[in-house]
Amino acid sequence: MADFRMPSLGADMTAGELVAWLKQPGDLVRKGEVIAEVETDKAIAEIESMFTGVVERLLIETGAKVPVGTVLAVIRTEGPEEEAPAPTVSPPAPERRRAAGGRAARTPAAGRLRVSPVAQKLADEKGVDLAGITGSGPGGRIMVRDVEEAIARAQAAPVPPAAPADRALRMRQGIAAAMSRSHREIPHFHVESVIDMNRAVAWLTEENKQRPVARRLIYGVLLVKAAALALKKVPDMNAVWSEDHVELRREIHLGVAIALAGGGLVAPAIHNTDTLALDELMARFRDLVQRARAGRLRSSEMSDPTVTVTNLGELGAESVFGLIYPPQVALVGFGRLTERPWSVEGRVEVHKVIHASLAGDHRAVDGYRGSAYLAEVERLLQEPEKL
Amino acid sequence: MNDQEMREKVLIVLVELAPEVDVHALRPEVRLRDQLDLDSMDFLNFLIGIDEQLGVDIPEADYPHLATLDSIYSYLRRKLAELPTEKSS
Repeated sequence: MADFRMPSLGADMTAGELVAWLKQPGDLVRKGEVIAEVETDKAIAEIESMFTGVVERLLIETGAKVPVGTVLAVIRTEGPEEEAPAPTVSPPAPERRRAAGGRAARTPAAGRLRVSPVAQKLADEKGVDLAGITGSGPGGRIMVRDVEEAIARAQAAPVPPAAPADRALRMRQGIAAAMSRSHREIPHFHVESVIDMNRAVAWLTEENKQRPVARRLIYGVLLVKAAALALKKVPDMNAVWSEDHVELRREIHLGVAIALAGGGLVAPAIHNTDTLALDELMARFRDLVQRARAGRLRSSEMSDPTVTVTNLGELGAESVFGLIYPPQVALVGFGRLTERPWSVEGRVEVHKVIHASLAGDHRAVDGYRGSAYLAEVERLLQEPEKL
Repeated sequence: MNDQEMREKVLIVLVELAPEVDVHALRPEVRLRDQLDLDSMDFLNFLIGIDEQLGVDIPEADYPHLATLDSIYSYLRRKLAELPTEKSS
């Protein structure tokens, strides 16, 4: 048997509402197949099963909002009992919000949580219900910062929580929580490089001349592919920060920042970005943008990004100095594609250039490596035909 | 295809692209990108939609002619006139 739990779809997610079950008891479900739909502050996500097996029981009814880690269903698998790999806590009770003040009862559910002593003390003092908190420490251990964030959320968000119609407000609150954590915890450094795009743009123009409109590429795809390939050369950027150490990620899943109509953004992953040919990458990117704006992302796309890429140049920004989305340790920014005088073997020519920046988490990586990363992005973009 | 049908098909493509916008309220002389917050992916999707609706595959070199609704209509009028009759009807 395996527990299918409410997944964490980002650092800012503490709970999700079960919108629909797409499988019923007795149905076969394969690993990676969509089994349920969950609404978060940002979108409705299609939740994929981490197991192959037969649905044994559904434990949560549609419409219920439950904390991350709650067991939603039991799946009968062959072989030994399985545990979902995501670090989660497992309080089965529906989410309860509690205003700060008053002592928190230590329920049996709370006894199953992994909590640091200092975090427990703070929770007791402030009356915080630990059952609704996702631990950011090793193995889902609840740390002091998690409790502090829960207090801040409780103070910021009046009870009852915002109605579904207030999606934009809730998204803003989710972004606020993640970015506040980023600003508070991550010692950022920024490095920037101006990259010659003449070759890349000329290659793309020629390439697109030969393609029907439905198969054309945009230059942003070249940037994403270069950003992914450069991580193979500087793999220490492809990592997450966990408590007090960095954990490298072997697979490269670039998150791409996508602005949403009505405000806000999401940054879902394009899985195995470095391995995709440009045509495939373009197709995935198009599909991702359309589904993101329709609110139809999949759980793995929301939870798996290892590095995020943001391209604000199309709106006119020349440079981007972003905040890292925790627990990632790097964010790559691209600015406007523009023309400027460029020195070539003693001559001055007009070249197309772009500002590329890297925000790095100084706990995990250093500016030297950040600079090496941007140099590799630049090198890759000088040979666009090899991307 | 007459001019009115062509315009309606262009607006159908825009509705799919930006369902939250009242496309009939767009100002035809103002850059679409400024009115609809279009990025390059949106613009490419617009062109793909035009190809699907009208059978006009617009080359990249002609993108500068497609800044406003007025210029799009004008461009498509010319292109549709160049197509064989059976494709433009």
